[in-house]
Amino acid sequence: MEPLFFWILAVGLVVSASALVAFRNPVTNAVCLVVALVIQAALFITLEAFFLAAVQVIVYAGAVMVLFLFVIMLLDVKEEARRTPPWVKIVGVLGVGGVAVLGLTKIVPLFPFTQKTLHWGQGKGGGSAAELGKLLFTSYSPLFLATGVLLLVATVGVVVLCRKDPES
Amino acid sequence: MIFGEITLGHYLALSSLLFLIGLAGVILRRSLLIIMMSLELLLNAANLALVAVGRFQGLPDPQVAVFFVITVAAAEVALGLAILVAIFRIKKTTAADQLATLRF
Repeated sequence: MEPLFFWILAVGLVVSASALVAFRNPVTNAVCLVVALVIQAALFITLEAFFLAAVQVIVYAGAVMVLFLFVIMLLDVKEEARRTPPWVKIVGVLGVGGVAVLGLTKIVPLFPFTQKTLHWGQGKGGGSAAELGKLLFTSYSPLFLATGVLLLVATVGVVVLCRKDPES
Repeated sequence: MIFGEITLGHYLALSSLLFLIGLAGVILRRSLLIIMMSLELLLNAANLALVAVGRFQGLPDPQVAVFFVITVAAAEVALGLAILVAIFRIKKTTAADQLATLRF
């Protein structure tokens, strides 16, 4: 079952990411991004990173996407004009895709550490909130505090940037 | 198994493919909004690689790194969109190729 899950998720991720790059309508792009982020959360679960999967859904698919949608509605962004002829795109996609598939199937197996397999449930853990929290509040606590300061600075910065100039 | 075993290489390949797609979006698209969405794809590709390596090597530390990346990405999106709104107020456009002047 594991390989089946991985392949479904992998194909879904690649398709939704490509759709994000390909489609012109900003709302469609936002929906593609949500799908890609949720699939990424599912991939985190296949990697036994449960806490990160939850964080991914809450922070990325929740907060970040709401920000994007708000800005799309606020700015009333129009669809981009097409400028490159379609055959250039088709050749580009086929070329890059061919090189990528060739590289990934021929070059990645040359590195022995990539051939490691590990079944679901055999991981050493570390994905739960408790274990991650222990690390965050002990060895990484200075970084954790710095993140708090960063978020505060970002919040203040956004408020300052979006303020309307009272004089004009 | 029909598809064979899933190795670390599979996850790294998927991550690099995702990175390529995101990079194509950053280079090809002209709307600043879509460029920022593609940047999120790049960050997600890096996150996926980190979590995969951490799990297959039995280390919990990469997950902490991903936690920080997600936090920084949230701050980055908030600030980037604020700058985008500020640019839109002045120039009435979010197309990257129409923002070629250094002073307004």
